[in-house]
Amino acid sequence: MISIILLSGFGIINLFVGFLKSKRILLPLSLLFLAIVFGINLLDWNDTKSYFDNMITIDNFAVAFTGIMVLSTLLILPFTQHYITRNDENIGELYALILFSLVGAIMMVSYNNMLMLFIGIEILSIAMYVLAGSDKQSMRSAEAALKYFLMGSFFTGVMLFGIVMVYGATGTFNIAEIAGSAEALGTGGVNNVMFMLGVLIIIIGISFKVSAAPFHFWTPDVYEGTPTVWTAYMSTVVKTAGVAAFYKLMDAAFAASYPGWMPTLVAIIVLSLLIGNVGAVVQQSMKRMLAYSSISHAGYLLMTLLAFNNLSTSAILFYSFAYSTASIAAFGVLQLVSRQRQSENYEAFNGLGKTNPLLAFSVAVAMLSLAGIPLTAGFFGKFFVFSALIEQPNMMWLIVVAVILAAVGIYYYFRVVIAMYLHPVAEGHTAIKSTSFINAMLIIITALTILLGIAPALLSGVL
Amino acid sequence: MITALLLFWPALAALLVLLIKGEGAKKVAFIATLVEFAIALFATVNFVPDATTQFAIDTPWVERAGIGFSIGMDGISLLMVLLTTFLVPLIVLSSFKHDYKNPHVFYALVLFMQTGLIGVFVSMDAFLFYFFWEVALIPIYFIAAIWGGARRIPVTFKFFIYTIFGSLFMLAAFIYLYFQTAGTELAAHSSNVNAFYQLTMDSATQSWIFWFLFLAFAIKMPVFPFHTWQPDTYTESPTQATMLLAGIMLKMGIYGVIRWLLPVVPLGVSQWADTVLVLSIIGIIYGSIIAIRQHDLKRLIAYSSIAHVGLIAAGIFTLNEQGLQGGMIQMLSHGINVVGLFFIIDIIFRRTNTREISNLGGITQTTPALSIMFLILLMGSVALPLTNGFIGEFLLLSSVFQYNYIFGAVAGMTIILAAVYMLRMFQGVMFGTKSEATESFADLTFHEKAVLIPLVIMVFWIGLFPNTFLSISEPAVGQLLSIINR
Repeated sequence: MISIILLSGFGIINLFVGFLKSKRILLPLSLLFLAIVFGINLLDWNDTKSYFDNMITIDNFAVAFTGIMVLSTLLILPFTQHYITRNDENIGELYALILFSLVGAIMMVSYNNMLMLFIGIEILSIAMYVLAGSDKQSMRSAEAALKYFLMGSFFTGVMLFGIVMVYGATGTFNIAEIAGSAEALGTGGVNNVMFMLGVLIIIIGISFKVSAAPFHFWTPDVYEGTPTVWTAYMSTVVKTAGVAAFYKLMDAAFAASYPGWMPTLVAIIVLSLLIGNVGAVVQQSMKRMLAYSSISHAGYLLMTLLAFNNLSTSAILFYSFAYSTASIAAFGVLQLVSRQRQSENYEAFNGLGKTNPLLAFSVAVAMLSLAGIPLTAGFFGKFFVFSALIEQPNMMWLIVVAVILAAVGIYYYFRVVIAMYLHPVAEGHTAIKSTSFINAMLIIITALTILLGIAPALLSGVL
Repeated sequence: MITALLLFWPALAALLVLLIKGEGAKKVAFIATLVEFAIALFATVNFVPDATTQFAIDTPWVERAGIGFSIGMDGISLLMVLLTTFLVPLIVLSSFKHDYKNPHVFYALVLFMQTGLIGVFVSMDAFLFYFFWEVALIPIYFIAAIWGGARRIPVTFKFFIYTIFGSLFMLAAFIYLYFQTAGTELAAHSSNVNAFYQLTMDSATQSWIFWFLFLAFAIKMPVFPFHTWQPDTYTESPTQATMLLAGIMLKMGIYGVIRWLLPVVPLGVSQWADTVLVLSIIGIIYGSIIAIRQHDLKRLIAYSSIAHVGLIAAGIFTLNEQGLQGGMIQMLSHGINVVGLFFIIDIIFRRTNTREISNLGGITQTTPALSIMFLILLMGSVALPLTNGFIGEFLLLSSVFQYNYIFGAVAGMTIILAAVYMLRMFQGVMFGTKSEATESFADLTFHEKAVLIPLVIMVFWIGLFPNTFLSISEPAVGQLLSIINR
């Protein structure tokens, strides 16, 4: 709870620091704030408490997800270093917004009431709309912001509509009470038209937020237009918060109506896996490829929602974090490469293994992790997700589909590795300039990915 | 303890080699692999020839899910470890005359690969096995893709995707089996090999699990019709990678069948054994006939390898002791022969810059040592009595005969066909008149002899005293059969 208040306060401080002449202090200050929040958040471990008239509950689930989201943000922020060195105007706002959006993300993992979920999503989203358009020189960035905003607000509207219908059927916003009322409706409310319609509409609304197909149409364009460092945030923290919120909702409120919404969710998962993986194959731009891959990873993550067992939450936690570390490394290096070579295509990575061994190695590990190959965290992510699902009867076919499409994924992830290590350096391409701070961050991220790939118990045993 | 040493020493050495820039790397790598071989010999000396898993270590790895870091060696594992640790130093030594770019990375990858291979052979936990199975793939992919020939990028990429595709099915099957083991709580499940052996499932379930597992192993071996990645990959890879692939890595697939397929889903095996035997025998004939038509030496050996592996697969799926023991001994023989043959092709290629049979000829006139060694390895491959190939192929063929005499008769063609393509190759390369390319062909150097002599010794050792090796695996194979026939 304190972390929400602290983050809001720190965001406001950042806004004021932004008025200073030299803005160099912003980055270290934000990192310090995040470190403080990370530490304080952990104090709530094993100490479940409810706040605001039972609107928010801070339990271990919330603490664990808050932890990995704050940590991911900590790892992303160093890649904003170029804002600081250029001493751009108005960057205080960006650092404030990122903290504010984190407040929304924390609310999404600790809500106990549908209204708090809605407010959390809105706080997160509005900050993201602004960050998507934060590169004012770029038309693409403006387009991304507009697209994201229009589509995003439409789907939030849709979701609100669903929440209202569920309220109409059950008379409450509290997720525990909704579950109770659904029981009272008989067979988990499956036969109550208003209730089920509301549930399905909410599923559609959140699916948009986690960029699951067929509500993914905004993803490639918005990811491509958004400044890369915020794309990294979008595909990691926003997705983690979205999936965690989704799971919590389905588990706490709609578990009894499982037969009613299961087919819809299965369709969403299959489509996400299919569109994400197949779409990524044909891309020429690495950034668009990562956008499609993020759709497919939404599919893998949502598979845990079909299985309510004691492995589901730790599967989401592990998968999200594995996916986050890999994405941050990929987007981080992509940002450095594309800024210097003015291209986000695979060719820009040609020969990176020779010119910048460290950058290339961290991207290679990230790609292996995204592809789910052992020795990296991504393997155990997929492993836990499949394990969680396999106990569910009649879901073996879905795992087979996921496995086949995971093999497709290896194709496009390896194109990057091949470009880096097997293609010669293009003429006129010199080594990518990177700072020692960013190098250090990449080493930490890569070490984390490998560490979790060897000793997964460090994180999987948490929840 | 000794298993852990075997497992981690190459990885440690790989890190060490990474730090050494320049030519020192290959010497350090060679010494490291020799040390590894010494450790394996030490283990063999201390090995008690019974059916138990020895030198075992079993500590929790992912404790919450009941997954253990269980390693150990029974006779089957030990033979594979011996093969690996024997061949890798020779493979490293065979590269001494090559000037690979970034040698420290090259040798580090070879050593790293060795850890993966050993890991596959000593894992007694399904997920650990899968883990090392993939760990072994990554270094070999990079070795082949970075130091390979002109078409290396698409070819190795195909190899990589193909094998990963298969192994993902294996993973899915393992996860399913894992949840079939006793226990309702997550931590009560087990992925230990013995827990898998105790599973009882109806035959429909076993049937699909069989195919999930078999797909992974069949691609790795490769069994017809899953072999299409193999000839190109063998041809385009640098010689050392080809040796690793053909000499050791394809044994991962056969070993996987013996350890993780036959005893785990015996009902599935009995349903599909006929199909697999037919596929394997098609592979034998198909590989041999195509080998006869090859002009490129490396491709010829690649196709001959499909034929030899086909016979091993046919033998072990007959599920009798001769077949399994024959498979074990033939794995050793094939590893030794194929590494030797690929090395000789490499020697010829480096002196003449060609692998086309039609461009070669008359090499025997100036090279007594090379000719003798080549002939011996070749005879081993053709399964002439007194050589190693004879023991394995005899046992395998007799097991196939016992299973079904028609299968046996067709599979027996392998000996005739092998003689055809091997002798045709030898004739074209070594005899006849000298060509432009072989005008000034020098005999073996000291290094080359150092690689070939141990291999030739092993050809005769296995050929004359096969019991040295058969007795190691016999109790373990017997126990495996009793589990299969439970």
